[in-house]
Amino acid sequence: MSQFYTSTDHFVLVPAIMLALFGCAVLLFDFFLFPEPRQRKRLVWFLFAGEIFTAAGLWRQQAFLASEGLPEITAFQGTLTVDGFSLFFNWIFVAVSLLVAIVSWRYLEIEGEHHGEYYGLILLAQCGMYFLATGTDLITLFIGLELMALCFYVMVGFLRERKRSNEAAMKYLLLGAFSSGLMVYGFSVMYGLAGSTKLRAVAAAIASRDAWDPVVFLAMATTAVGVLFKVSAAPFHMWAPDAYEGAPTTVTAFLAVGSKAASFAFLMRIFLGPLETARPAWEPLLVLVAVLSLTIGNLAAITQNNVKRLLAYSSISHAGYILLGLIAGNATGLKGMAVYILVYAFMTLGAFLVVVALRRENLIGEDIEDMAGLMHRSPGYAVLMLIFLLSLAGIPPTAGFIGKYYIFLALLETSHYLLAALAALYVAVAIYYYFRIVRSMFISEAVAAPPLESTVGLRVALAVTGVLTLAIGVYPEPFLRLAQTSLVR
Amino acid sequence: MADTILFYIFAAFVLGGGVLTVTRRNSVHSALWLIVSLLGTAGLFLLRQAEFLFAVQIILYIGGVVLLILFVVMLVNLDETARLRQFNKAWWVALACAVVVGIEIWYVLNRGLETLEPGEAPQTAATIEGNTERLADVLFSEYLLPFEIASLLLLVAIVGSVVMAKKRI
Repeated sequence: MSQFYTSTDHFVLVPAIMLALFGCAVLLFDFFLFPEPRQRKRLVWFLFAGEIFTAAGLWRQQAFLASEGLPEITAFQGTLTVDGFSLFFNWIFVAVSLLVAIVSWRYLEIEGEHHGEYYGLILLAQCGMYFLATGTDLITLFIGLELMALCFYVMVGFLRERKRSNEAAMKYLLLGAFSSGLMVYGFSVMYGLAGSTKLRAVAAAIASRDAWDPVVFLAMATTAVGVLFKVSAAPFHMWAPDAYEGAPTTVTAFLAVGSKAASFAFLMRIFLGPLETARPAWEPLLVLVAVLSLTIGNLAAITQNNVKRLLAYSSISHAGYILLGLIAGNATGLKGMAVYILVYAFMTLGAFLVVVALRRENLIGEDIEDMAGLMHRSPGYAVLMLIFLLSLAGIPPTAGFIGKYYIFLALLETSHYLLAALAALYVAVAIYYYFRIVRSMFISEAVAAPPLESTVGLRVALAVTGVLTLAIGVYPEPFLRLAQTSLVR
Repeated sequence: MADTILFYIFAAFVLGGGVLTVTRRNSVHSALWLIVSLLGTAGLFLLRQAEFLFAVQIILYIGGVVLLILFVVMLVNLDETARLRQFNKAWWVALACAVVVGIEIWYVLNRGLETLEPGEAPQTAATIEGNTERLADVLFSEYLLPFEIASLLLLVAIVGSVVMAKKRI
């Protein structure tokens, strides 16, 4: 192999190659092998195969790191870095893509928009996420982010006959392009400071400057806008409720979980990498953003009647909690962020999957009233939804409690008492609006509605998310160890 | 000195063209002003001895992208949108935000300029092998990976536009 593509480069790139390869394969075979719409669900098997090969690549990376005792492998002259952090996030992406894909075909068939491109876009979006978690170079990170975002713009607008879906895609596209423009301006300033796009060089250049250096501040502020937009933190959250509501519910789940986890990986790479030494400058800014996210997310969720919108606002508030871990900034806080993201992934995914299950022919099933008396009609779904909602609210013994516990612990350790008190206050608010759904499910009279029909994929996905949400809460040790590995850098 | 004057001329092209692009009601005029703005950018590239980017800017952006935009503008009937007035009256909020951000950036850059030592002056084309060769060199060595991922990005853009635009897929 040439000097520009060494065997190390290949080793690091394998998961991304597999994702891109199978993503393209889905697009091709959809056209050649499965011209009939009802054959298209077989495309899920392509996605399975792609994820298995991706997982194998990740597994080999993990085994190599463990056997050699190395903290990281860098490739492409520092463009990509495989470490515990990137592997931790990539495992989440694999799990989320698989869970979303297996519930999708039935839902999209009901919507009348079941196309092979959907699975191709999931794989290609995951490829973008791989570069977000693994990239340590400004250009690679940016292109990875755009690759992921572009896939999501299309998937959000996948219900082409529905006005809401089109509107959501349009809003997301316009605001996303605008925030990306600001972010790339910040990147250009960073490049101007360092003369290199490698995060390590940028970190060295910024470290040699004062924390309050105006040029560093400019780079930090503009980059922060772009990143915080992607994690849908207030006041850059405007797109989230519309996009979450308008998108097909399976895409909403993928957007709320996959895109958010990848964006947080990106945020941590930037803020804990090159911008670490400018912490005095960005900490007050992030405190403001976190408090705003908690406030807007929790207070706006109270009045929502659409479950998807409610979960969108709740995901804004969760972004606020995760940012609190970054503000605390000690080892507990960073571990808390990793745990929180892991926990958030499964409980939010689970909650959206129940909404997916409520979608039937001629029934949208997205309003809180549609859940009325769910306990009497389908007790299984009602109990699962209860578990997810308890977890989202952060009540033990569910996983959400573990996530919030470490965030609060970190805040107390670093004596951010006021922030901890405020965050605890909003947990109480959150319990109120989550329990509006619970009340509707368990106490309201059942409305006459067609029974829920489930598919194998949906049942498997709900079982996995439900079991994990409980398991992380009851027996968190292995998951905490996993999160601990993500800190090694 | 001549460089500085030329810089301000081209910068005025970029900014003036940009402002007129977004304020013109007639889409064809907007597209034409976009050409002016892009020409200014091309001039700025040339001032920095980036001949390749200059050529690409003119051939691809002005020759290709804007031409496509013009085609779309003329194919799609936009008369109605030209007659519509903007339905929200929030333009002054946007203006206020833009002014605040503009002052911030100006202030920060002004304060920060003293700490920002100028980088190496670009070597003139005569002393090195030429801008195009050097660009090709880094593009296929140091930036090989982003260059390849960009192809995936384009693929997604094409697939996405087909999915969104086609009636039956």
